[in-house]
Amino acid sequence: MARRMLDASNQGLLLQFWLATSSLSKGKTRMDRNRLQHQAASMRRSLFDQGYLDEPFIQLEELQDDASPNFVQEIVTLFYTDSARLIQNIEHALNSRPIDFDKLDDYMHQFKGSSSSIRAKKVTNECTVFREYCSAENAEGCMRSFQQVKQDYAILRRKLEVYLQMVRQAAVSQKA
Amino acid sequence: MVLGIDASSSSLSNKNLSVLVVDDDPLIRMLHDNYLKHFGLKPHVVENGKEAVKLFQLGIYFNLILMDNEMPIMNGVEATKVLRDMGSTSMIVGVTSRGSPSEMQTFMEAGLDFCFEKPLTFDMIDFILKELNMNDDDDDDTNN
Repeated sequence: MARRMLDASNQGLLLQFWLATSSLSKGKTRMDRNRLQHQAASMRRSLFDQGYLDEPFIQLEELQDDASPNFVQEIVTLFYTDSARLIQNIEHALNSRPIDFDKLDDYMHQFKGSSSSIRAKKVTNECTVFREYCSAENAEGCMRSFQQVKQDYAILRRKLEVYLQMVRQAAVSQKA
Repeated sequence: MVLGIDASSSSLSNKNLSVLVVDDDPLIRMLHDNYLKHFGLKPHVVENGKEAVKLFQLGIYFNLILMDNEMPIMNGVEATKVLRDMGSTSMIVGVTSRGSPSEMQTFMEAGLDFCFEKPLTFDMIDFILKELNMNDDDDDDTNN
């Protein structure tokens, strides 16, 4: 095979082969980038369909530009920090005796505020449920609901990190 | 969806508008700050109602104030009342997270021009800016 390719009459074939492989590798990069973008879009779609995020999340992504190139990651990180602090405060308040329902409501109100800001639909809705138990001073209801909030939050965080990583990978492959 | 909103053209006319964001939550401050920048504005940002009142007392005028309700030291209702009593003619838009009709009404009665539920969207900001630009036009007419 190699001997045939070196044959002068097959130089045209060799040239074609070289051209084909070089455009294939360019095509492969294009395919990678498209595939990554498509994967990221699918991931985001599933976050919407499963109710973890609300569609106006797209507006947050539109706020990211040259002036604020890391806006989405920054605001999501702020959300994680806020959430960690509030979850800890709520745990503490729920473990205190007697339970201070006003304080609990205040914490959960803050949590609802930040989760609704980043369009975390499931978490926000569960915060509302919690607050209803709170105003009824139903400790057991609060604890059950809080378990759900923590669960929804943990799943959202995991999925969001995967999604943002996909977005980053797609962005990096564009620059390659 | 951002239908019919041309942020790039409105950002030209918005350059001269001064905006103040009043909110105790750093996440909301960052979010609203970026939203407004997206529309070509450069907002000032403060943490509570008392800071907003201080700015007014210093003679600093804002075309638009985005006022959160639940804040420590001085909340949105109090701050709005104080600002109006002191003669502020800024457009004050309440941004509330409680959302109950009675709370929004109390907030409106304090002297707001509009009241929205958090978080803001492009549509809401577009609406507010259109109202602002309309008011500016009216002022020009009465001055002529």
